[in-house]
Amino acid sequence: MKKLVILGAGTAGTIMANKLAPVLDKSEWEITIVDQHETHYYQPGFLFIPFGIYTREDVIRPKRDYIPRHVNVEISPIEMIEAQNNRVKLSNGKVLNYDILIIATGSDIHPEETEGLLDGGWRQNIFDFYSIDGATSLANFLKYWEGGKLVMNVVEMPIKCPVAPLEFVFLADWWFTEQGIRDKVEIEYVTPLPGAFTKPIASKYLGGFLEKKNIKLTPEFNTGKVDSGRNKLISYDGREVDYDLLVIVPTIMGSDAIARSGLGDDLNFVPVDPYTLQSKQYENIFVIGDATDAPTSKAGSVAHFESEILFENILRYIDGRPLLPEFDGHANCFIESGFGKGLLIDFNYTVEPLPGKFPLPGIGPYSLLEETRMNHWGKMMFRWMYWNLLLKGAELPIEAQMNLAGKRR
Amino acid sequence: MPTKTIAGKTVEVDAEGFLVNPDDWNEDIAKELAKEEGINELTEMHWKVIHFMRQDYKERGQIPTIRRIKNAGGVPVQDLYKLFPDGPAKKAAKIAGLSKPQGCV
Ligand SMILES: Cc1cc2nc3c(=O)[nH]c(=O)nc-3n(C[C@H](O)[C@H](O)[C@H](O)COP(=O)(O)OP(=O)(O)OC[C@H]3O[C@@H](n4cnc5c(N)ncnc54)[C@H](O)[C@@H]3O)c2cc1C
Repeated sequence: MKKLVILGAGTAGTIMANKLAPVLDKSEWEITIVDQHETHYYQPGFLFIPFGIYTREDVIRPKRDYIPRHVNVEISPIEMIEAQNNRVKLSNGKVLNYDILIIATGSDIHPEETEGLLDGGWRQNIFDFYSIDGATSLANFLKYWEGGKLVMNVVEMPIKCPVAPLEFVFLADWWFTEQGIRDKVEIEYVTPLPGAFTKPIASKYLGGFLEKKNIKLTPEFNTGKVDSGRNKLISYDGREVDYDLLVIVPTIMGSDAIARSGLGDDLNFVPVDPYTLQSKQYENIFVIGDATDAPTSKAGSVAHFESEILFENILRYIDGRPLLPEFDGHANCFIESGFGKGLLIDFNYTVEPLPGKFPLPGIGPYSLLEETRMNHWGKMMFRWMYWNLLLKGAELPIEAQMNLAGKRR
Repeated sequence: MPTKTIAGKTVEVDAEGFLVNPDDWNEDIAKELAKEEGINELTEMHWKVIHFMRQDYKERGQIPTIRRIKNAGGVPVQDLYKLFPDGPAKKAAKIAGLSKPQGCV
């Protein structure tokens, strides 16, 4: 029997298991998927928890419900990948040999990377919403908050879902308005980027939104430490920002197991060929989702587009054919903008987000870089799509490669 | 590509003045580029960073990030901000004769 092992049963690993299981001959291939947790979290839903729109129950499902029946499931932390010997050691003592390895171990927050962030204020008046516990404790805090200065800070790039912190302040502006305390809340967005977003046209557009919503933008701020005794964020070059409530996206890094295995860069992301998703070090290792160092957004939509190309490439690799260099960095993100509206951006390695209609050129129903109610419904529908189509590896009505038709420069 | 004469040597540069070929670099060029960036004198610590960056680039083919300079080069981030104020990653890469570090996505 040949063995294919998938590390990580999050968005990307689950999609790959669902795509490969039906087509790999069961008498020839044994597929095993490994994860440390039994629970699958719908991470895009974390954004809505602080505002009481979703609860914990709305974003969790058992992982096993989404794994095909004849795929072996191992629930254990991964100790180490021994790529030289084509095997993976799990913390529960098991050793998995493989012919092909797919790394899909994602990325996670590392607040310990920032001096002072885990001191007194953590989960008192400092919260993240990139973890389930952070999002739920922030919900509890906001329920009783009477106002003051809210600072949203991104410590450093890259982060997963780079639009999420912007969505957070847009929703906060709406939510405080609903609570009748918007006049008692000052909102400041503090980012290491030169503007609101990574790409110039979208950055300008989104920056305009911040202004319209009376949210102060503080760009080019590289957080060096948090002084939670004095409620101050301090940049490496000595600038200070005061806060009463600090919502923060800490440093995002790949899995420790990648570091232990000597397979990652300085943020534990695995270097890959950005077009084929094959590891740069080992030809029988492929990497997908947040775990790669590919220069595109770390997002569920990206994992989905990558999966279509990786699926083809794994089959080609098995058949000894050359890999297709077809992944173009395609990312597609709904941006919740508050008051029941949303925006949508669509981009890849070379083309930045542009205005236009999507997915049908000229028709939509979604509008790119424009605030509409339809885009908001797209965002809310995404949860249904995620559980029912995306995780199952189903075709979505969007091509894996980005389409320029329908876009305006 | 435009060319530019730096410290008596004519080299290719990009629109923002980053050297196109790292091999065109020499220490005199570094001193000139540093002046353009507002750093009048390159101290021992500056050179340590510059030489680490060039060596690391040669070995790995990638322009080292701030985190890489901290982890592998052993220079604390605070110090990097003092040595190369306002964006050490970009400034140090320029002075080290490397191309502009890739932006984020
Ligand atoms: C607040 C927030 C909002 C977001 N919004 C959006 C959005 O609107 N649209 C969008 O497309 N994306 C969004 N995302 C991003 C999206 O959730 C991720 O990009 C996506 O889940 C990545 O999939 P993945 O499979 O690479 O990683 P994950 O889904 O995180 O899966 C990684 C898995 O690996 C396991 N694992 C890791 N290390 C180990 C180990 N050592 N041992 C065992 N198991 C291990 C983990 O337990 C996990 O199950 C958002 C993310 C956040 C946090």
